[in-house]
Amino acid sequence: MSVSKYWREIPHRYRLEAGKCKQCGKIYFPGRLICPECGGREFDTIQLKREGKLLTYTIIHVGPSRFADQVPYVVGIVELQDGVRLLCQVADCDLDRLQIGLPVKIEFRRISEEGEAGIIHYGYKCVPV
Amino acid sequence: MSRDVAIIGIGMSKWGELWDRSLRDIFVEAALAAIDDAGVDKIDSLYIGNMTAGLFTGQEHLAALLADYLGVAPIPATRVESACASGGLAVKMGYLEVALGMSEVVLVGGVEKMTDVGTDQATYALATAADQDYEVYHGITFPGLYAMMARLHMEKYGTTREQLAQVAVKNHYHGSMNPVAQYPQRITVEQVLNSVMIADPLRILDCSPITDGAAALILCPLELAKKISRKPPVKIIGIGHATDSIALHSRDDLTTLKATERAAQQAYRMAGIKPSDLDLAEVHDCFTIAEICVIEALGLVEKGQGGPATAAGMTTLGGKIPVNTSGGLKSKGHPVGATGVAQVVEIVTQLRGEAGPRQVANARLGLTQNMGGSGGSTLIHIMEVAS
Amino acid sequence: MVGIVGYGAYIPKYRIKVESIAAQWGANAESYKKGLMVEEKSVPAPDQDTITMAVEATRRALQRAEIDPRKIGAVYVGSESHPYAVKPSGTTLAEAIGATPDIHCADYEFACKAGTEAMFVALQLVKAGEMDYALAVGADTSQGAPGDALEYTASAGAAAFIMGKTDVIAVCEHTYSYMTDTPDFWRREHQFYPQHGGRFTGEPAYFKHINNCGKTLLEKAGLTPQDFAFAVFHQPNGKFPLRVGKMLGFSKEQLAQGLLCPKIGNTYSGSSPLGLTAILDVAKPGDLVFMVSYGSGAGSDGFIWRITDQIDKVRDKAPKTWDIIQGDKVYLDYGLYAKFRHKILKNV
Repeated sequence: MSVSKYWREIPHRYRLEAGKCKQCGKIYFPGRLICPECGGREFDTIQLKREGKLLTYTIIHVGPSRFADQVPYVVGIVELQDGVRLLCQVADCDLDRLQIGLPVKIEFRRISEEGEAGIIHYGYKCVPV
Repeated sequence: MSRDVAIIGIGMSKWGELWDRSLRDIFVEAALAAIDDAGVDKIDSLYIGNMTAGLFTGQEHLAALLADYLGVAPIPATRVESACASGGLAVKMGYLEVALGMSEVVLVGGVEKMTDVGTDQATYALATAADQDYEVYHGITFPGLYAMMARLHMEKYGTTREQLAQVAVKNHYHGSMNPVAQYPQRITVEQVLNSVMIADPLRILDCSPITDGAAALILCPLELAKKISRKPPVKIIGIGHATDSIALHSRDDLTTLKATERAAQQAYRMAGIKPSDLDLAEVHDCFTIAEICVIEALGLVEKGQGGPATAAGMTTLGGKIPVNTSGGLKSKGHPVGATGVAQVVEIVTQLRGEAGPRQVANARLGLTQNMGGSGGSTLIHIMEVAS
Repeated sequence: MVGIVGYGAYIPKYRIKVESIAAQWGANAESYKKGLMVEEKSVPAPDQDTITMAVEATRRALQRAEIDPRKIGAVYVGSESHPYAVKPSGTTLAEAIGATPDIHCADYEFACKAGTEAMFVALQLVKAGEMDYALAVGADTSQGAPGDALEYTASAGAAAFIMGKTDVIAVCEHTYSYMTDTPDFWRREHQFYPQHGGRFTGEPAYFKHINNCGKTLLEKAGLTPQDFAFAVFHQPNGKFPLRVGKMLGFSKEQLAQGLLCPKIGNTYSGSSPLGLTAILDVAKPGDLVFMVSYGSGAGSDGFIWRITDQIDKVRDKAPKTWDIIQGDKVYLDYGLYAKFRHKILKNV
């Protein structure tokens, strides 16, 4: 991944910055330039709530090479308290505890790295509460 | 101004791991077969569905390359992309060109050469159909995305692991009667349930394979088809095309393929038919759960009933509405850009009555559903034997 | 009145017991447990490092301080395991908490005292009136070579402190630093594991520096050990802090609350700072806290803290350190531990 491609997403990945439509109030993560709901083009920048629940999940046993050392790892779709959904890894979770509806919170983690010498990719994961 | 469009020629290359064949070889093989089948000696325009030859083989500028190697340059040639629905999109574009009177005879092809890269690079290339920054970044894979749909479908509707397996068992059974299928062997539910876990709850036998392959069609105005076609022309009577967010998590209902629902409504309306009128369908079973969600979105079964209906044999050859008589992506193979075109090849074969042991009796109305990514784009075509 | 306005602790949930390490190397677990007074240590997950733990500890400090991160004027991260050799940990931390761009940032490194160095500088900047708030973090995912005595203790954790001058929960009454060139422990550039001088790390290093720093600090303040409710020293193992406490005149009881090493090992730059967070979790208004760190190479930073009434309002706003230590934990076997710590690598 090029450095610029990583860098420009930092506000979303590091602190869950999202766009809230000034017209209809719908929240988009990441932010957008036009609201698909109402056509609004002005947004407030907000930070998403860091707690939510697991809507669904999978345990990846065969992953891309960048993640090969991490298998088996869990990826899920989380609905945060403000209703916004995102996809992320579920870290520090006993596989037996995994279930739909599991309360989770967002933590800052390493996601992957660009080989031995490249940049480290940070971002959000969720962990069981 | 618009005119009726018919398919008068179909062709397929060999499908599988074709180590000794290049992308241009397999495309030309399929295209020549379609030209020979149609008995035409001139092509006015060329459409090619291809997802990502750039990542799979390092080759772009595909349309001109393939026009040259097919010996039809300098005719116009266009390559279209909509991830795994690229083939379906090529069919639509070819249809439009004929319907609008811009060309008389159009060749629509789909091709993907996937084995020139290792598994890891292939996984990367396929994953470009998902949201790179907000899905793939986190280590999700396509089996993983569909696994999350499967888990929720199981939770919401009581779909069972065995019912998912039945999709694979059925499609391999159908594929065992298709000479071009990449994996024609029949399999059992037990084999599926004991196969290697890929993305829980999906196992390797829930997944479609990596395939090299091409398929091609010859399209022309129906009136011309009636004059020149040696075989019963097959008329395209309905087209649906819709999109959805490519990021699975952005959808309101994770188990509903909204683009497929929407495209199906359009296509049924255009064709003036309802789902129960269909005699057969070829659908995008890239994973077993996909077929279940698709037959629900197409209205072939009630929402949530895809699993039990499959287990009851409703979609098996001889059932109420046979689905994926070709073997589907699962058994026939899934050269991504070629799949949407190959689905049409199967429907035409069936409507002509040329499907041999897997022939659906009295087939006169068939549908293809081809989708990109985890459902971010869908193309649907409805065809009937021209009267 | 300058001091701490918010604090936060973060410790990974993974642990390895001394028994699991000793069994791997044919060593006697009981003698290590007795000799080092350590039962188990924390282990970072493969997706955790100094930066990720610093971010989480800081989020907890912000929960307690309840201030706008944009008001923080400096972010200092002290660690001997910064994920990058060149590129600051502090920039990522500042960005993650939304404190950029009007901020001064620096990473500190001084073996195990990098965290208190960050605290020292943060305090002085607020005191000098340069800024309203300054953030200091001590965090480490330290490594001990396989089979080395350090492997039984080198662990992971982070403590974050926001220094300020309003709504202070612990006023910094006095500071003092003591430093000499003493090569007791080091890691050369490009080396994965550190080396150390064995028993030389004791008398001329740890004990001499903490003892001298502590004595002068007491003299400066005109206080005696009996004036303090709590004391916390750097904890390379469970034994050293008790012995140096005794040398200075502190009792076991004064040390107990902040002595985390037996349960989580040596968190290096996080060591005495994490001990301080555990003390802040229980200290009463008016209590005095004595703190001396130690970093090999070698030096000690000393602090005297006076707890204010504000403490009762903030301590319950984030997880408490002993609750984190005793909460949900997962024990690793040596194989998984070795994989987590990149001591073994897949050959791909």
